[in-house]
Amino acid sequence: MAEVLVYVDHVDGAVRKPTLELLTLARRIGEPVAVALGNGAADTAAALAEHGATRVLTADAPEFADYLVVPKVDALQAAYAAVSPVAVLVPSSAEGKEIAARLAVRIKSGIITDAVDLEAGDEGPVATQSAFAASFTTKSRITQGTPVITVKPNSAAVEAAPAAGAVEALEVSFSAAATGTKVVSRTPRESTGRPELTEAAIVVSGGRGVNGAENFSIIEKLADSLGAAVGASRAAVDAGWYPHSNQVGQTGKSVSPQLYIANGISGAIQHRAGMQTSKTIVAVNKDAEAPIFDLVDYGVVGDLFEVVPQLTQEIETRKG
Amino acid sequence: MSLRIVVCVKYVPDATGDRHFADDLTVDRDDVDGLLSELDEYAVEQALQIADEADDAEITVLTVGPEDAKDALRKALSMGADKAVHVEDDDLHGTDVMGTSLVLAKAIEKTGYDLVICGMASTDGTMGVLPAILAERLNVPQVTLLSEVSVEGGAEGTVKGRRDGDTASEQLEAALPAVVSVTDQSGEARYPSFKGIMAAKKKPVEALELDDLDIDADEVGLEGAWTAVDSAAERPARTAGTIVKDEGEGGKQLAAFLAEQKFI
Repeated sequence: MAEVLVYVDHVDGAVRKPTLELLTLARRIGEPVAVALGNGAADTAAALAEHGATRVLTADAPEFADYLVVPKVDALQAAYAAVSPVAVLVPSSAEGKEIAARLAVRIKSGIITDAVDLEAGDEGPVATQSAFAASFTTKSRITQGTPVITVKPNSAAVEAAPAAGAVEALEVSFSAAATGTKVVSRTPRESTGRPELTEAAIVVSGGRGVNGAENFSIIEKLADSLGAAVGASRAAVDAGWYPHSNQVGQTGKSVSPQLYIANGISGAIQHRAGMQTSKTIVAVNKDAEAPIFDLVDYGVVGDLFEVVPQLTQEIETRKG
Repeated sequence: MSLRIVVCVKYVPDATGDRHFADDLTVDRDDVDGLLSELDEYAVEQALQIADEADDAEITVLTVGPEDAKDALRKALSMGADKAVHVEDDDLHGTDVMGTSLVLAKAIEKTGYDLVICGMASTDGTMGVLPAILAERLNVPQVTLLSEVSVEGGAEGTVKGRRDGDTASEQLEAALPAVVSVTDQSGEARYPSFKGIMAAKKKPVEALELDDLDIDADEVGLEGAWTAVDSAAERPARTAGTIVKDEGEGGKQLAAFLAEQKFI
């Protein structure tokens, strides 16, 4: 059966959820062969096998951490040459997209980024994408070379599908370009203990109406009562109330959770672009005319400083 | 030697307007107002700041696009860029990222460069991969998604910057020539002054066609694209939800809804 190359996003061997979702999609097209690089690469094999990887190609070298992007492109290209897959799937992280794009140039293939669904088709995989701030849905194909497709988090369910997951060492020889951009230092982001924004099932966001960095604690408390990630609108981030890493919108993260709760967010196009594919949308805003209310399944017109703490308390009470 | 900076910019349909697809499923650029992509303003701004710091620098702003794309170049020139290059050719209609990056790479090489600066993504296609592809095509270091950037040592020097990723913040460094992209966190873009707007009218805009870049028509355009859009459908409007006015019980009502939906 045809093989599909799946690039593994992992942290020291812990496979991130979007990669497991990618395996679900890969199995619709062929047999998934995973490529895991860097520190802990071999430790990914068990989780990958459980979700359908027939083989796990691994490589580790200092270059993967010490230089930007290109060493990983070299390795993925080596895997491509070794496997001759029918498609290459990569998680749509910032780095994932760059790796995929450079590989596509090298192997003379078209690229589709930020797919939200993938099906097998007569002329190769068909990718669904959202366009123009998610106001349109498109279906696209790659017409040249081996399809290279990056897929957004939350695009498919994680499914158990046990397979062999045989670990094989991948031979990589680095190109001259590999050492072009040095990573001089790396400061890990402090963990908040909350789910990753793009992967979370529930996202609770605050905007201009939160009116100050100190007030974000009421957004965080609501998030924690639901086991949710915290998001922020551009207005809140630009005002310095919350970190840019939590920004939801066109220039921040694009999220598609089961539940999105927008607090004090008007719903400008910039924000809608990042959240309107959420399954259920709820908003609290004191302005009844705010465009966010056009999107909601349930909306409360009111003061978030009254409504949100009451909601949090009610959730805690109901949970017992 | 003068530091030669090329800033790649895109003319895009206004994101606050009613954007849609044309009959051939390309982005409709005729029936909606266009402008310089907001995310490219950050690239122009960082170019201006780097040029200010350098002893001697020249900023060329480059675009590939239809006649109207001159508006984007004009805006960048009025912000302070020195000159512009506009690649315009009827055969370019429908070109995908692979074709566009090929045209840009050839135009950058023809112009001459030490540093290429791009925005983090376009506001219409939103792929965010063009800077990486340019680095691959030009075979120079990729120093992308920077929220801080600086150049030391002029044209023979190095570019340094901070890349804020999902799991870590990285300090990057590469020798010039290089391709850089900057995020919307890199610093507010300046507004053109009246003087800048007047001066821009006299700045040179070089027009190039595919022939000037030794690119064949079949390498670009809708036919030359390596991807095909088969359908584009407007997302159905979300069904109108329940909206209540808080009379003191708003939080509890919302909790009841969430419980009914099995979120609690």
